[in-house]
Amino acid sequence: MADENNGKNGKVGLVDRVKEDIQAMKVDIPAKAKEQIEGLKDPTKTQVYTSIFRHKHDDTPRNRALGVLSNVFLHLHPAKINRDAVRYSYTWGMGGITFFLFIILTYTGVLLMFYYHPSKVQAFRDVLYLEHDVPFGKILRNMHRWAAHLMVIGVWLHMFRVFLTGSYKKPREFNWNIGVLLLVFTLLLSFTGYLLPDDQLGFWAVTVGTNMARATPLLGHEGPFGSMLGMTPYNDVRFGLLGGSIVDANALLRSYIWHCIGIPIVASILMIVHFWRVRKDGGISGPAPVMLAEEADKTRRGPKAAGE
Amino acid sequence: MAEPEGAKPIPNPEAPKPAATGAADATKYVGTPAVGTSKAAASAGLSQSGPSNTEIDQRRRRLVWVAVTAFLTAWFLAFFRFFLPRTLFEPNTVFKIGYPSEFALGVDTKFQQKFRIWVDRTPDRVFVIYARCTHLGCTPDWKPSENKFKCPCHGSGYDSEGINFEGPAPRPMDRAHVELAPDGQIIVDTSRLYQWPKGQPSKFNDPGAFLTGV
Repeated sequence: MADENNGKNGKVGLVDRVKEDIQAMKVDIPAKAKEQIEGLKDPTKTQVYTSIFRHKHDDTPRNRALGVLSNVFLHLHPAKINRDAVRYSYTWGMGGITFFLFIILTYTGVLLMFYYHPSKVQAFRDVLYLEHDVPFGKILRNMHRWAAHLMVIGVWLHMFRVFLTGSYKKPREFNWNIGVLLLVFTLLLSFTGYLLPDDQLGFWAVTVGTNMARATPLLGHEGPFGSMLGMTPYNDVRFGLLGGSIVDANALLRSYIWHCIGIPIVASILMIVHFWRVRKDGGISGPAPVMLAEEADKTRRGPKAAGE
Repeated sequence: MAEPEGAKPIPNPEAPKPAATGAADATKYVGTPAVGTSKAAASAGLSQSGPSNTEIDQRRRRLVWVAVTAFLTAWFLAFFRFFLPRTLFEPNTVFKIGYPSEFALGVDTKFQQKFRIWVDRTPDRVFVIYARCTHLGCTPDWKPSENKFKCPCHGSGYDSEGINFEGPAPRPMDRAHVELAPDGQIIVDTSRLYQWPKGQPSKFNDPGAFLTGV
């Protein structure tokens, strides 16, 4: 059509095409507007929504399971949990609280990094600056400090609970070992963070801590077999940790990098494995199934008998 | 047919006998690597050919594993070597502290901040104590009123010659190498330390551990 018109008279063809377009728009625009309004009325029907959330949100067992399974973060988590296993009197909630504290520490830690220079003299000045002048600096620093203390306590209590409930036993032995590694990395995060204010407390604490590394077997110059292997204060494990023979600028920088980048990455990977293994090893370990009152009535068994 | 079971087409119960005789069967290698399964390959007569050798080449596999292991081991070693710097930007361990006549009898703490040493004069000797607690490496404080060194970290105590007598310290504090420079000043080297480990002979009387007659 358009080609024929163009062959005779270009202008006529153009007018025709514009008319056609306008006609099409008269149909299209109301249709699109209607679609937009429908979308505003019920956003769950829009293509954008359905492309993000790939299942319905009705409160059915299937959809609730899909909500966990089809989410990249939640899928590490079991879709269903035994009701006995989530009693706070049983789990103490310590694993979850520890992870929550880790998230707080990551958040406050990243913000603190914006005002902190890991270099001698400047580091301590930045801490004073954060404490006294940076907006919300004091509460961020204190949140970071208290969350760090609480995380260490949380890890211990979590491991204590796991030990008391025998949850380290088969088939969860592997996950217990991952947990032990996570304990080590939690303590290392605390230790490396200790030096960062570059104050007297941190400096001497790290002096003491790294002096223990002198006595490392084989790898420390004062440890068993260390001198036989040619270890000196200038090539042993302490030297590698400090980046020198004394606690100085290199040690501060190394502490900072391990604290902010190295250890958090490794710990995060181990946490992912840890949570995933909880699901794969059969969910949170639980006591023998407890019956609800009405179920107990049905089977004419007392709650005490059911608890055994 | 000498093909393995998995190489046959998926059986279809409703269809007639699978076209084992059909030369143009392009899906002959369903379930095998995608070799010779495309239309182009079929038209070129390649559908009849597949991976000819289905056995695992153990020698090649071993070679690959050796290469991967060697590569990762080399990087692993390099990773650790990386943390041991060749050049240090630390205070020099060899320095002059002035003339012996500047130091009176007893403990002199004026170089504690600068060099981490104390100069100690007894009636017959001058020697230099390296100011590092032998427990875990803190710097003890000189307490003139009590005539002793006291470590603030864990409470080790040393007498005025650096000999431990209380607290967790396992041995006396180390002494640094001393010698006289041609100009008569004392040269101290804190990288050469004389120790008196517990239960072992003292090195405090070795030449270089003290100056005498100065």
